Amino acid sequence: MPTTTYAGKEVDVDAEGFFTDPAQWSDDMAPEIARQEGIAELSDRHLQVIKFMRSEYEEKGTGPTVRVLGKTSGVSIKELYELFPKGPAKIAAKIAGIPKPRGCI
Amino acid sequence: MSETARPEPIEKVSIIISKGSLEGVYPGLIMANGARAEGMEANLFFTFFGLDAIHRERHEHIKLATVGNPGLHFATLLGGLPGVSAVMTHYMSQKMAKLDIPSVPEFIEMIADTGAGLYACKASVDLFGLEKNDFIPQVQDIITVGEFYEKAAGGEIIFT
Repeated sequence: MPTTTYAGKEVDVDAEGFFTDPAQWSDDMAPEIARQEGIAELSDRHLQVIKFMRSEYEEKGTGPTVRVLGKTSGVSIKELYELFPKGPAKIAAKIAGIPKPRGCI
Repeated sequence: MSETARPEPIEKVSIIISKGSLEGVYPGLIMANGARAEGMEANLFFTFFGLDAIHRERHEHIKLATVGNPGLHFATLLGGLPGVSAVMTHYMSQKMAKLDIPSVPEFIEMIADTGAGLYACKASVDLFGLEKNDFIPQVQDIITVGEFYEKAAGGEIIFT
């Protein structure tokens, strides 16, 4: 299994770079992962989405899709794509240290 | 699989929706929405009866085809009876709602919000005697086939 280093700690990731063990994540890793994904600086709105991804994952065992994010995170679909142009659910999941959300809608 | 053997990821898709039935419209919508969710650029082109999906008055009334649809597994004769398509559409819509699949109007609005482009095909618009005002406001333009190919340049084209 591939590993990578964030905030000086080694973590397990899958082939696409998603955490395979979300317990290895800590919030000081988020800015570094974000930069790697092309987001130079995380705003409060980014962090709101990332926090939401974590709590959804902890509650349901899977990350939310963009549709669920748009309905329940308090951030609209339009804004989600402005914050994470390369795919809100996918990129926010990566920064939040959870596996890639699975869902077709 | 080694890193070098990995095929290039798809970065852009242009999806054509040519049918006006429920089962004809949804796959293209799901693929466009999914493409945006993956960070790809996506454009949707509505042609022929697919135009109903972006028609102001008709897009709320997209129906399941109950005639000539062997996948439904019931007699074509029954499928043609008055009201059967409406009942089956209602049944299917409820099943989809349970899975949190949005209705056609809601889905198209959502896809427009993702930043995907929505276009109507000029030949079909002329054929049906329609104009820009007949379409929902999210439709950006009525374009020719040549303009479609320009917009589709550098990406994959998917016909549904």
